[in-house]
Amino acid sequence: MHSETSPLTASNTPPRLRLREITKRFPGCLANDAVSLDLAPGEIHALLGENGAGKSTLVKILYGVQGADSGVIEWEGRAVDIPNPSAARALGIGMVFQHFSLFETLSVADNVALAMDRGTGRDPALLAEIRRLSTDYGLALDPTRIVHELSVGERQRVEIVRCLMQNPSLIVMDEPTSVLTPSEVEKLFTVLRRLRDEGRTILYISHKLQEIRDLCDRATILRGGKVVASCDPRQETPNSLAALMIGRAFDGPKAGKPVQVGDGVPLLAVQGLSMEADSPFGTSLKNISFTVRAGEIFGIAGVAGNGQNTLLAALSGERTAPRDDWVKFEGHSIGRVGARGRRDMGISFVPEERLGHGSVPDLPLEDNALLSGWGRWGLVRHGLIARGKSRQKAEDVIEAFNVVSTGTGAAARSLSGGNLQKFIIGREIMQEPKLLIAAQPTWGVDAGSAAAIQSALIELARAGAGVVVVSQDLDELFTIADRVAVIFDGALSESRPTHATSAEDVGLLMGGLFEVAP
Amino acid sequence: MDLLAPIMISIIAASTPLLFAAIGELVVEKSGVLNLGVEGMMLGGAVIAFIVSVETGNSTLAVVAGAAMGAVMASLFALLTLGLLANQVATGLALTLFGIGLSALLGQGYVGTPLKALPKLSITGLSDIPILGLVLFGQDVLVYLSFLVTGGVAWFLYRTRGGLILRSVGENPQAAHAIGFPVIRIRLFAVLFGGAMAGLGGAYLSLSYTPMWAEEMSAGRGWIALALVVFATWRPGRVVVGAYLFGGLTLAQLHLQGMGSTAIPSQFLNMVPYIATIVVLVLISRDATRIRMNAPASIGKVFHPDG
Repeated sequence: MHSETSPLTASNTPPRLRLREITKRFPGCLANDAVSLDLAPGEIHALLGENGAGKSTLVKILYGVQGADSGVIEWEGRAVDIPNPSAARALGIGMVFQHFSLFETLSVADNVALAMDRGTGRDPALLAEIRRLSTDYGLALDPTRIVHELSVGERQRVEIVRCLMQNPSLIVMDEPTSVLTPSEVEKLFTVLRRLRDEGRTILYISHKLQEIRDLCDRATILRGGKVVASCDPRQETPNSLAALMIGRAFDGPKAGKPVQVGDGVPLLAVQGLSMEADSPFGTSLKNISFTVRAGEIFGIAGVAGNGQNTLLAALSGERTAPRDDWVKFEGHSIGRVGARGRRDMGISFVPEERLGHGSVPDLPLEDNALLSGWGRWGLVRHGLIARGKSRQKAEDVIEAFNVVSTGTGAAARSLSGGNLQKFIIGREIMQEPKLLIAAQPTWGVDAGSAAAIQSALIELARAGAGVVVVSQDLDELFTIADRVAVIFDGALSESRPTHATSAEDVGLLMGGLFEVAP
Repeated sequence: MDLLAPIMISIIAASTPLLFAAIGELVVEKSGVLNLGVEGMMLGGAVIAFIVSVETGNSTLAVVAGAAMGAVMASLFALLTLGLLANQVATGLALTLFGIGLSALLGQGYVGTPLKALPKLSITGLSDIPILGLVLFGQDVLVYLSFLVTGGVAWFLYRTRGGLILRSVGENPQAAHAIGFPVIRIRLFAVLFGGAMAGLGGAYLSLSYTPMWAEEMSAGRGWIALALVVFATWRPGRVVVGAYLFGGLTLAQLHLQGMGSTAIPSQFLNMVPYIATIVVLVLISRDATRIRMNAPASIGKVFHPDG
């Protein structure tokens, strides 16, 4: 089914792009080790690999953001040099970046103009062209709107339109679906299939294995900077793809038995919580109610920007609720108790943003362990830090959660996303919380780490703690959660047991199709 | 009414150096760089312009030399912060201290040297119109230049592709780099422009406003310029308002003191322009959304292409 190391050639057509023996070395690591890859016209080609496998380095070389140390890039059969992104665009290579590559305070048209090598967003010809292209592909967009007003799905349309404006024959897409609802994903796939049928080549980078099987014609798998396999993803299972990616048999998170609703003790009860957003672009909460029992994982699904941030701040105590009895923990009203007080009661919090919110980027892991666990682990005596003990605690977390790092002295910033997330989750779990609230626990994390994190959350719940997981990833919620509710425009739907509902139904709710209790 | 024209003329004179320094710093900050060395660069520009004017008698050369000195000092800042990734706040503060010391050293032999002020424009007919004639058509060339530069900056930032690129670099340097813009080079040009404008502001002080050299003669104007940029929410039009408000109030309180009013201690009157300017600008820029829309998101952060 898959041949080791040598890429398959799809058919007799000459490759649009051929990478030969691309090597790129960074201090201390070989990011790309003689990577060879062929992309044929009219195919959607998946590039798969864990974090740190060398995908993004390869893409940067291809788009001229970085130079390779050695190797040859052939475009339409001719060796080319791509010193900068302008040169890549001139060849016909377009890039759809992850959503954070837009300029938020500029208009859609300005964002397009910046990537176009000419003009500004005031050019009427450009505006007309954007309108024409977006209508043509069913990607509705108003070019005069400012990007920060747009939803995540709309922002991605900007990225795609920006790329299509240059009429590229190769489109590189980096994790394009990580922030979309299932129906938005379906629409995106329709556009991508049409682009393929027009004869364009798409290099599709994702860690969502099911999507790759649905969409892609071929897949190349990178591990440790090397091409380890090339295969037809439609002939593989998600587990076999994951095994190729991580280089050993893949065991997904152990599915727990569904907890019978009603047998757990009510741990957290939110009743009628309404709260204003604290930023002009935030979403206010409207009459949110739910309960979480000990021993269950409660999932909150929803597209980003529907009030998750406000809700998380209200749950963690970073913002206190207007009324004390809107949030109850073990029967006590805690709505007006701050973050510190809630931690002391045994509530732990894993924020979405790993660097800056979940950890201090420039501090070593040891200090990051101390900052969260000093109270519960007793790491401060008479105002002085117990250095040895906090180092020991950090070591314990690193050991128990397989965190790859250079030790307890490594700065949080130096870890890969997956390893840092394992450290943060591990740090909270090892403080033995009664309730853990985790936001996007596996966002942008490689498959191996994601499975480890999900298993840890399940174990924690089975040991009797309550877990709340806020996630945009429905697969994740259906893998680990016992019940799931949807947040939309600041309101929360009724919860449903995951074994009695489907991802499609929840996907509909994510579009706002539910009644809110008055 | 005979007083009106002289008052307006002195307001213009008091405001022009601020306008130069602030509009330069605005461009620097829009590119995502915070240069706190404005005061130092103004002093550098002031002393060099004065020396060149005294030694050569050529005021054009003096003005150019003042701007060049500001740009040279800014290039030092650029080398440290953009090239060697030094902390921008610390480097900017150091640049101010350096400018104070260097200008005092260079200007030592020139303290008290008399100099003829820059010639005022005189257009027969127009300059003779009562009141407005002198105000509009009787200023020296630097005053007109300051408005030309402000208009030019506003046009450049919001109407040209170059300005769009500059703003994009200040907003999200990583994304700008990924699209293929030379972030460091763009910031370098912005920093050099800011330095040249601060130098021009300094040159105006020592050549026209008070045609003489005295140590630390900029008297905190560089800091006011920095504050103006922030309180004007990085918009050129509001920088003009702020600069003229400050200039006007400075003059008003001087006149009040001159009239021998003893009811209010002079120290309090000295404070008025600073407090009033800040209060007014805070009031007109309370809108949080607007601040977010105009503030360069990456300001003060070190950029490294691989970071």
